[in-house]
Amino acid sequence: MTSKTLKVTVERGADAQCQFEVPAYESQTVLDVVSWIQQNADPTLSYRFACRVGMCGSCAMMVNGVPRWTCRTHISKVLDGDAVTIGPLRNLPVIKDLAVDMDPFFDKWVAAEAVHHGALTRDDPIAPVDERSEERVTANAGIECINCSVCYAACDTVAGNPDYLGPAALQRAWTLLNDAKDEGRVAILDAVSGRGGCHNCHSMGSCTTYCPNELDPMSAIAGLKRETAKSFFKRRRS
Amino acid sequence: MRVAKGITSRAHPLWLAYILHRLSGLGLALFLPFHFWVLALATTDPERLNGFLSLTEAGAVKLAEFGLVFLLSVHMFGGLRLMALEFLPWTPAQKTLAAGATAGSFLVATLFLIQAI
Repeated sequence: MTSKTLKVTVERGADAQCQFEVPAYESQTVLDVVSWIQQNADPTLSYRFACRVGMCGSCAMMVNGVPRWTCRTHISKVLDGDAVTIGPLRNLPVIKDLAVDMDPFFDKWVAAEAVHHGALTRDDPIAPVDERSEERVTANAGIECINCSVCYAACDTVAGNPDYLGPAALQRAWTLLNDAKDEGRVAILDAVSGRGGCHNCHSMGSCTTYCPNELDPMSAIAGLKRETAKSFFKRRRS
Repeated sequence: MRVAKGITSRAHPLWLAYILHRLSGLGLALFLPFHFWVLALATTDPERLNGFLSLTEAGAVKLAEFGLVFLLSVHMFGGLRLMALEFLPWTPAQKTLAAGATAGSFLVATLFLIQAI
């Protein structure tokens, strides 16, 4: 593989594409390829990364039309022959080249009430949490989210409805709803049942299919659908 | 090229199940007004209805009927799948078992049906 050259297309701007020839080597990741281009071929190429070990969630890009965490994606797994196309994440405004503006993504976390709602102060004793309880197991299923926005870029509902909160924010809302330490039940259910809330989801499952940490936002959103439906009928009865 | 790229990320069973459900629903929605109109001929114009009914002997119409039954069954099971997916918080293992049981019972039922025919 040492003498091979990769034909890399980088999408820059709406219709601008640049071709690069990048030397291939063993265990090369997509992020390595992008870094090689920036360091050896075109220093003006903008992209974002930090940890390089799949923890920070900043290096996600579209690779051959599929959203991926580029630091943990081996180029050999995604090559089409010896060619690959790398573009900025879908569904987010592009700042420049491969760097997108993540603000809409994080604004929606807040809009979904996917923030901690505490009731205790530092003077209160630490509340015990039973890690085997059903709620805790459900909450644990979603806590490894690294905010990489791969699910958000994969989602066709986000593409069709800019108000939709998206899989990541809704999954965090579901996690907090099941968290014994969170007191925001009513606020969360209100936030996720409104316009742009969980009921927009068509269960296409691209979020679950492409989540690099193998989380299941689609099932989390289904959980929110059940809880909001239950609370709707309860409120009508009372 | 942009369209082809868009399709890449959708080539997985969950998305294909979604689009099959939607397209079959659209197909049925387009068929239903025509279906009701033909049924209404029974009261307004029975002669014309008989003309239509004789058409059902034609091979092409029989093929179209097969397509219609396919749309109906795909849409019904797609809807049941969606309701199970969203309202039954099953684990993946339970879902596999349920799908296996459904497939098994279909197999047995189809065998009985073939024998009966």
